[in-house]
Amino acid sequence: MNSPYSQLDVRGKLKHFLTIDGLSRELLTDILDQADGFLSVAQQAVKKVPLCRGKVIANLFFENSTRTRTTFELAAKRLSADVLNLNISTSATAKGETLLDTLRNLEAMQVDLFVVRHATSGAAHFIAAHAAPHVSVINAGDGSHAHPTQAMLDMFTIRRHKPDFTQLRVAIVGDILHSRVARSQMLALKALGVPEIHVIAPRTLMPARVEEAFGVRVFHDLREGVRDADVVIMLRIQRERMNSALLPSAHEYFYLFGLTEKRLAGARPDAIVMHPGPINRGVEMDSQVADGSRSVILEQVSNGIAVRMAIMSMCLGTQNLRGQQQEAIAHGE
Amino acid sequence: MPSPLPSFWKLGFVNNPNFHAGATFSNNSLFNGEQSDIWQDAAAIDTVLYTMTADLNTLLQQRQIQNPLMIGIHTGGVWIAQRLHTQLGLTQPLGYLDISFYRDDFTRVGIHPQVRPSSLPIGIDNRHVIVVDDVLATGRTIRAALNVLFDYGRPASVLLAILAERSGRELPIAPDVVGLRSALHRDIHLKLVGPTPLQLLCVHP
Repeated sequence: MNSPYSQLDVRGKLKHFLTIDGLSRELLTDILDQADGFLSVAQQAVKKVPLCRGKVIANLFFENSTRTRTTFELAAKRLSADVLNLNISTSATAKGETLLDTLRNLEAMQVDLFVVRHATSGAAHFIAAHAAPHVSVINAGDGSHAHPTQAMLDMFTIRRHKPDFTQLRVAIVGDILHSRVARSQMLALKALGVPEIHVIAPRTLMPARVEEAFGVRVFHDLREGVRDADVVIMLRIQRERMNSALLPSAHEYFYLFGLTEKRLAGARPDAIVMHPGPINRGVEMDSQVADGSRSVILEQVSNGIAVRMAIMSMCLGTQNLRGQQQEAIAHGE
Repeated sequence: MPSPLPSFWKLGFVNNPNFHAGATFSNNSLFNGEQSDIWQDAAAIDTVLYTMTADLNTLLQQRQIQNPLMIGIHTGGVWIAQRLHTQLGLTQPLGYLDISFYRDDFTRVGIHPQVRPSSLPIGIDNRHVIVVDDVLATGRTIRAALNVLFDYGRPASVLLAILAERSGRELPIAPDVVGLRSALHRDIHLKLVGPTPLQLLCVHP
């Protein structure tokens, strides 16, 4: 709990947001409740609240991303924070600067919060462990480890359609093996009390012993896996997997694991279909499903802004208190 | 026609040292061991709300305002606004404001734990708006509420209706319609509990 990169401060408030692992149902529910409040900001003529005025947020994206980076940027701007977007591939790192040196330099510019995406699992934890005590770190995806803000926006979208998590059957379909989104989703669904989580993938894309590790049920047949599901979450198939002999072809994947109206017919009539994006139409799902009435894919994008505003303001809001707390501890109070 | 000093300003409860000698109860679960007395019971608040309705009516006529938009500030202000909205027979739907994102103490106390969604059902551009809250003390809540309001648009005018005005103002903000007034020591707080019955409690450490 007191490791240098613990996500929570001494009062159990969010300091960093690195992984869903270890977070309580209360805290996750708190994030969802806060996000509810931020939704209405999008309805204002001036889509901005002055909450984080004067705070500096740096988006450190070591891996390409459009949706995640822009929604983080928009979320920060709607909180009135100042945003730095660092395009790492053309910056100092490419010239040979180490990650820690980049970090120290940005700290010297009084950055309050880092949003980090990196291709290596554990990168956000590393930065959190070495950042100055007043600085917060949010993980925007690290390797195949975690993508906790995506999982929270998915939980938020689910809750807006199905308010009671304890009554749900959720099916996650796709490349479970490499998916940081799936890992964070399984942890979040479990923590929020979802009783039935089905994971569906070809044998080559299913991690070993996932049942024991996450308490889910494994299926290799899409139709069986989505039967009576309330929520069907499709994951993106990365094209590079096709070249690594894990999948024979995109066409065959769609033939066996692509979501079509016909296959979705086995789910509950009011089931919702989700996808973290970007979609490969004709690989993970049929266009008919992606654009159909049960698809909430674009809603996920809008909700992502509110959820990220909630998480950023919760991390930033505790910084001064942390300072006071540390002073109190230093003075032996 | 220049109107005389506002006749609807009624003096409520000013400087009465005995006013919290009412029925005393301590409810530890609610107020963490703080003592609270009922200052105004449900019947008294009903009466005050009828007076406020009449005062608002007079004021709206004076200003020749038709179809005003009423907006309650979460949570107590919404309860008061719901009553006034019904009693005035307003046709426009009631709006709700949460001012948590506009508070001036974010860097000191962090994000407010219970933020409720703001909802302004119709545009406020060029509308006459009545902002309703339960207690006016420092004026900081109303400052924040005005900022929220102006991020939704540009109202034609804004009136402020307050159930209970107390001493302790820190900003130049004054209400247009007031139900009750009181001068209180700064450690003593007024707290509205509700929605049924509506009671105004006096909380002291």
